[in-house]
Amino acid sequence: MSFSIYDFTAFNQAIDQWLRSVMSPGWALITELTIIGLVFLLFYALVGLVLVYAERKVCAFMQCRVGPNRVGPYGIFQTIADFIKLLMKELVTIRKADKFLFTLAPFIVIIASFMAIATIPFGKGLHAIDFNIGIFYLLAVSSLGVIGILLAGWSSNNKYSLIGAMRSGAQIVSYELSVGLSLLTPCIFIGTLQFSGIVEAQANGWLIFTGHIPVVIAFVIYMIAATAETNRGPFDLAEAESELTAGFHTEYSGIKFAFFFLAEYMNMFIVASIAATVFWGGWMPFHISGMDGFNHVMDFIPPFFWFLGKTIVIIFLMMWFKWTFPRLRIDQILTLEWKYLLPINLVNILITAFIVLMGWHFVK
Amino acid sequence: MTDTKTPYLEQQEYTINMGPQHPSTHGVLRFVVSLKGETVDKVEPHLGYIHRGIEKMSEKMTYPQIVHLTDRLDYLSAHINNHALCMTIEKALGVEVPERVQYIRTIMDELNRIASHQLWWCAFGMDMGALTCYFYGLRDREKILDIFEESCGSRLLHSYYCPGGLMKDIHPNFKQRVKDFLTYFRKKLPEYDTLLTGNIIMQERTKKIGLMTKEDAVSFGFTGPAGRGSGFSCDVRKHHPYAAYDKVKFTEPLYTEGDTFSRYKVRMDEMWESMNIIEQLIDNIPDGDYQAKMKAVIKLPEGEYMQRVEAARGEFSVFIVSTGDKSPYRIKFRSPNYCNLGAVHHLSKGFKIADLIAIGGSLDLVIPDMDR
Repeated sequence: MSFSIYDFTAFNQAIDQWLRSVMSPGWALITELTIIGLVFLLFYALVGLVLVYAERKVCAFMQCRVGPNRVGPYGIFQTIADFIKLLMKELVTIRKADKFLFTLAPFIVIIASFMAIATIPFGKGLHAIDFNIGIFYLLAVSSLGVIGILLAGWSSNNKYSLIGAMRSGAQIVSYELSVGLSLLTPCIFIGTLQFSGIVEAQANGWLIFTGHIPVVIAFVIYMIAATAETNRGPFDLAEAESELTAGFHTEYSGIKFAFFFLAEYMNMFIVASIAATVFWGGWMPFHISGMDGFNHVMDFIPPFFWFLGKTIVIIFLMMWFKWTFPRLRIDQILTLEWKYLLPINLVNILITAFIVLMGWHFVK
Repeated sequence: MTDTKTPYLEQQEYTINMGPQHPSTHGVLRFVVSLKGETVDKVEPHLGYIHRGIEKMSEKMTYPQIVHLTDRLDYLSAHINNHALCMTIEKALGVEVPERVQYIRTIMDELNRIASHQLWWCAFGMDMGALTCYFYGLRDREKILDIFEESCGSRLLHSYYCPGGLMKDIHPNFKQRVKDFLTYFRKKLPEYDTLLTGNIIMQERTKKIGLMTKEDAVSFGFTGPAGRGSGFSCDVRKHHPYAAYDKVKFTEPLYTEGDTFSRYKVRMDEMWESMNIIEQLIDNIPDGDYQAKMKAVIKLPEGEYMQRVEAARGEFSVFIVSTGDKSPYRIKFRSPNYCNLGAVHHLSKGFKIADLIAIGGSLDLVIPDMDR
């Protein structure tokens, strides 16, 4: 098997051919889908564990304390212990709550994030689906998460959950506009919606450097809107601990709560990886044109680590936001979106389209 | 059967209960909030969850014992509460406390004020959502609590003053530690401004929220930093100076906007002023006795006596009615938090729930003081 850590396309094709030679094409497809599904499930769980631990450590260090350091060396098994505890908790059934919707809600949130993560290129050839309308698909499926949140709030049969879910729903639906428009700006520059195409086009330099000001503005808007999308950071009114208990997931306990919790961290990962892919070059190494020796050293690091590194930096940024800034009020959140971010976004797109039509941009 | 409308609820109103256990009402206070959508229409505080009958208990206790009870009222201004009671007793007996005692009491009061404002800042940031503020404020407050522990014997509820003077003299390290603290905190306080005061999100959430005009402040009895944020000059240390306050120069921060942000700024400025006061006094503590000569059993002569002080939250005063016994016939504490709470409905009508939290935080309510 031709396994190269720098290019997975040959490896994937080799596995595909081997499977087709061993069983009928239908079964081969099913096996492939199962393998991919299992890999993603494992990845999901692993990323959730690592991110929860990372958040606790990062926030602890910012607050002059140490964070978990008892369970395992440097507390690395803390999240596992927490999840075991969550699994053992009693699943409280609520009187007069709509049982079917109540159970369905966390699953919808998870399914939406699974569908989104399938398109992200982790390395050259290392992705599950590569649509020619990749970004469009991504925006569409990440909007499905809202349904889960609204269902959770409604089916809890609880005033506070309802308020929290309504707020969260309004917030997410508004900021999807900003996310979509700010992701469109790089696409206009590059000319394709396909993820692999977007990454390949940044081979001569990351878009944030070659795209100049419109892309920088789009990046800033994307960071704000993405933080609001995932109910994190200064936009976490829906789960504001000091205000109305825990918002839409107040009534959830045990494994269902663990799903919401995991889905939130996974969403953060997805959003950060999209930012890394579209704005920061995905799995492309950092090249400075003219310095061939430097470029050669940069190429030596496998693309997967480049991708992870960029995602980790953006995740750290998002964690930094959460632990520094106070919270915005719901009307301030919506004002920010509709009165400030949206007009800036639209003007930005206009400028970008103008630049591309005049041929002034450097990225084809 | 007549259709009587209850005075509180109408058809479209929606009542929520920020119950006695709630992360934001610091202490056991219950707000019954009736909302129209997201806007607050009426706020009804329900008190009494931590009523311990302190005023009634005092009628059975001797005067030095009551000092320990005043600690437990507004536990974040413990020294200042003790000071009020001790001054009332000394005034009634006509005892002149030594100069040394006045200086030390003033320094301890001001240190207590800084510690109280630090904790207020922690909690205010946390209620706004900036959770890191809590840790930074507490980290600096620990330095003051260590100073207290060394000299007074405990960190929070000191009972360091007694009628006639202090329980024990200050520790030899006291002066140096206070000076070290002042140099340390002068560097840290601008960090607080960088983190919270200058933050646009915080300013948007506190400016023009919870407005109180000066006339309303006077009629509500809205004293302390909250009243000064509305332009009501009510500092007891300036208007009726006691202890060593007439010997120091300090300004009274006054802001006229009357919103949450000006109440916030008043407290931040007060921390600077307190540090100035301490600095003026710390090098000049006169030598002498730490206690005036008092009888073993303190009996106040017949009559009524009153003394007021500036606690961290407002004007705290003690009123004793005595019949010549060793316990008071009636003792009454005028607690600043109780009067400030009376204005919560006036302040938050028309604003949102999130603003109610900000307003409550800016009033800096300590519930045991309200309920006594």
